[in-house]
Amino acid sequence: MALIDLANPSRFVALVGRVLPWLIVATVIAFAFGLRESYLAPDDYQQGATVKIMFIHVPNAWLSMFAWGVMSIAALGTLVWRHPLADVAAKCAAPLGAAFTLLALVTGSLWGRPMWGTYWVWDARLTSVLVLFIMYLALIALWRTVDDQNRAGRAAAVLTLVGAVNLPIIKFSVDWWNTLHQPASVLRMGGPTIDRSLLIPLAVMALAFALLFVTLHLAAMRNEIMRRRVRTLMLMQAERA
Amino acid sequence: MTALSALFARDARVAIRIGGGAMMGVLFFLAVVTLVPFAIGPDLALLRRIGPAILWLGALLSSLLALDRLFANDHEDGSLDLILMARPPLELIVITKALAHWVTTGLPLVVAAPILGLFLNLDPAALSATVLTLLVGTPALTFIGVIGAALATALRRGGLLLPVLVLPLTIPVLIFGVAATNAAAVGPMPFETPFTILCALTLMSGVIGPFAAAATLRYGME
Amino acid sequence: MKLSGLDLTCIRGGRRVFSELSFSVAAGTALLLTGPNGAGKSSLLRMIAGLIRPAKGSLMLEGGDPELSVGEQSHYVGHQDPLKPALTVTENLVFWVRFLNGKAGVSAAASIEQGLDAVGLADLARLPAGYLSAGQRRRLSLARLLAVPRPIWLLDEPTTALDAASRDRLRRVMLDHLSGGGLIVAATHGPLGLVEAGQLRLGGSSMDGEEPARPEDVDAVDAVP
Repeated sequence: MALIDLANPSRFVALVGRVLPWLIVATVIAFAFGLRESYLAPDDYQQGATVKIMFIHVPNAWLSMFAWGVMSIAALGTLVWRHPLADVAAKCAAPLGAAFTLLALVTGSLWGRPMWGTYWVWDARLTSVLVLFIMYLALIALWRTVDDQNRAGRAAAVLTLVGAVNLPIIKFSVDWWNTLHQPASVLRMGGPTIDRSLLIPLAVMALAFALLFVTLHLAAMRNEIMRRRVRTLMLMQAERA
Repeated sequence: MTALSALFARDARVAIRIGGGAMMGVLFFLAVVTLVPFAIGPDLALLRRIGPAILWLGALLSSLLALDRLFANDHEDGSLDLILMARPPLELIVITKALAHWVTTGLPLVVAAPILGLFLNLDPAALSATVLTLLVGTPALTFIGVIGAALATALRRGGLLLPVLVLPLTIPVLIFGVAATNAAAVGPMPFETPFTILCALTLMSGVIGPFAAAATLRYGME
Repeated sequence: MKLSGLDLTCIRGGRRVFSELSFSVAAGTALLLTGPNGAGKSSLLRMIAGLIRPAKGSLMLEGGDPELSVGEQSHYVGHQDPLKPALTVTENLVFWVRFLNGKAGVSAAASIEQGLDAVGLADLARLPAGYLSAGQRRRLSLARLLAVPRPIWLLDEPTTALDAASRDRLRRVMLDHLSGGGLIVAATHGPLGLVEAGQLRLGGSSMDGEEPARPEDVDAVDAVP
């Protein structure tokens, strides 16, 4: 952790400082517009107003997978290109991924409640998301238990890539397990059944949540860089004393 | 008294600051509960029936997870020498450390239990009974576990030794914890009978555990 | 105050570490334990601290608090530093002061500041102990000797990892302790700079298993400061 390593992150922090206000404004506008569209969207003839949970649930479900994708690219950055910002990006994406996954789970269970009569069924889709959530938490636990951030970064990168390979296998297994057991009801979210009138609010909300992810991710990365700087300064202070 | 409260505060603070403690136990609990339906199938009626048992087993395994570090960490950095030399009786010190451990790892399991109960389709009566029995029963698991923690430290063997030593001793707690929960959820037994025995088990282990652990440390650490 | 041991025998893991060892240290003096590795210097210190029971012989303390054991009136500095890396420098010291003293409050806060100052760690008070170097960690461990007054100091290689300046500071601290009526038993390889210290040489012959270690030089133990 030499001072040279901070050179590149310094430029990054400056860049984030310039971009962040615009991103925040864009996120707020996208949410305002998206929520308005969602409010105006027609109720479903079967599900009534509960269908509108979809506008929050689906973008979060997408982002829960997208965050793992971001972490996988960052993991390659750590292991292959040894980019100094890569493990910062990976570390900051993990709690965000976990948060979006949790939102997807909660909204999914609230959405399903009227149909299932209970908050949770072991539906293939939801169960896969739950496994993804556990994997995010495991990754956060790994980051938190290992004190040396460089070592933690490499270990987390390996685990992230293993997860990226394993997640489709888990998804396939869970689907197979679920069809084996003939589920009582399945949360249907097929492409053709969706009405045009619901598509626009969904797209806007997806954009809004994506912007939120980028905003929070950049801010978290800046904070993490600051945190590492404080740590470096403290170590230097201990060395001098 | 100040000495013991200082020890409690230190142990709790270390456990909270290092990510290993509270969060890891709850995460393990979540993982165990999630695995069960994959093994027995997503039949909600079946899950509802065995839900309290799953939660109790998960909490039992999770509460033993971080226990082998209870004295081992203090032994490795030399703190245990000073603790053994100290003025407060060793039994009280063990109780203090056990309580700090329970607050940072056992209590989060109790808090997480109702959320995990939703996954198992438990109704409110069964949920509240599970939380209540876990609240009363998990201290017993910690107090029994400190015996294993002391043995593991005195014998300088960590890892799997502790669960192997401790799991058989936890059987009564498991029996009456699950029995009390089932009695509240489905009957026909009255809830009070097994619940009172569970309380008695906790109180008993609160005495036996610290004494046995203190004796182990006193004679084992020479 | 006078600490003495009579015919002490130590058996560890079936091995006779030393036998029939006698010594005595009076208030205001220091006793240095020297000898090769495995001669039982650490074992003797741990025995005085009450962490090992003697197989034979007895320990006596005249003029101490009769309510307390020798260990409870002693500071023991072992090979490790009893610090938690996740806690700050101050938090570590505060814990030991409150734990060893059994009392909190204004006097504790003052003694903590004093202790940190005396070992030169006042500037690092808010840093996590995990960031400290080996020498700084050792100094932080030694700070509790100053923050909590106890008459008997049992020091096992106290200068390990300390640089020349810190060793000198430790020497002055020990001299202060002695002139204040305390007593010190220290295991050491090098000189600690205590002029009027008695010496107890523990022989290393137990390595070949035939003859148990014997004290060879117990003179000057009761030297007057």
